[in-house]
Amino acid sequence: MKYFTLPTAALFALAAPASAHEHDHGAHHATAQSIAITRAWARETAPGQVNGGGFLTITNNADQADRLVSASSPAAPTVQLHTMNMDGGIMRMRELPDGLAVPAKGVVELKPGGLHIMFIGLKAPFKAGQTVKLTLRFEKAGAVNVSLPVKPVGAMSGGMDMGHDHH
Amino acid sequence: MTTTDPKPTSKLWVGGLLATVAFGLGLAAYSGEHGKPAPAAAQATSIGGPFTLVASDGKPFTQANLAGKPYAIYFGFTRCPEVCPTTLAKLTRLRARLGKDGDKFAIVFVSVDPGHDKPADIGRYVTLFGTPILGLTGTDAQLAAIEKAYGVYVAKVPQPGGDYTIDHTAGVYLMGADGQFQTLLEPSESDEASLTKLRQVLGLS
Repeated sequence: MKYFTLPTAALFALAAPASAHEHDHGAHHATAQSIAITRAWARETAPGQVNGGGFLTITNNADQADRLVSASSPAAPTVQLHTMNMDGGIMRMRELPDGLAVPAKGVVELKPGGLHIMFIGLKAPFKAGQTVKLTLRFEKAGAVNVSLPVKPVGAMSGGMDMGHDHH
Repeated sequence: MTTTDPKPTSKLWVGGLLATVAFGLGLAAYSGEHGKPAPAAAQATSIGGPFTLVASDGKPFTQANLAGKPYAIYFGFTRCPEVCPTTLAKLTRLRARLGKDGDKFAIVFVSVDPGHDKPADIGRYVTLFGTPILGLTGTDAQLAAIEKAYGVYVAKVPQPGGDYTIDHTAGVYLMGADGQFQTLLEPSESDEASLTKLRQVLGLS
């Protein structure tokens, strides 16, 4: 279902400006509603596997840029934003120390092969069918709570699940 | 890196350079003859060869255990939440796409993180994928030997808080039944492109 991700993001990108215009609360009053999280999911892990990966799409409906600065979850003591760089056939995974910029009326995808949420020190394995709670903290929009359904290890996208709710 | 650099990472950088050269040669060999592997050229790169590692049951596992069967070998670690499961899931899909021919090659996952991944951990990890995958690791010396033989780049990168992550080669080496390197499955390429290479190595096309 890999092919499903991009067109959906494109739709959001197109839809977002209209929606932001209709509900324009002013650039200085961004709220969690200005950020929409879709296609959220986490990847199944094996018992003993201490780290897990999570993926989601962030749509910023506001007319000002925002930044995902941190994330936390009851599922792991440490949750980081990671980028993965593939240079010369070598995978390099790094934390994004300054968080992740989300352009005004822009869409940022965290998906296999690139940006991801990394859960470090899992308290229990992620089992397919469960959900993982995650709180994303944005510089302007504040905290956004997300539920990530756990998908089998072979999954490449979160399928149709929206899996999000706001504060 | 200069030769006076006492840090062990200098060796890793050399390994990386070797890996880069090896990839270049391997890919050149691959693309040399209308997209078909060129065995003579691939042999000249000398990627592969005998190795001794440890299986998930703790017993020794050598090249001889794979004799007679081509194999896809991938180097990673279980704390790698992204590219490693993505790659092993891809190999699982490719095997499924081959149907009855899917058992004509072995899938080998080598953990290059012996400081964390114990044989049993790796066994549990590979079980997730629902297809037979040989999960191997080894002592530091055993791993250093196979990393050198395969031109694999592995570098521990310290993280804040004392932990570390591992930069590593992300391609999958397709090896012939004779243990010689055939071609590399690139992490960025489509399932279709990888399947074409795999079918060629297995003599199915």
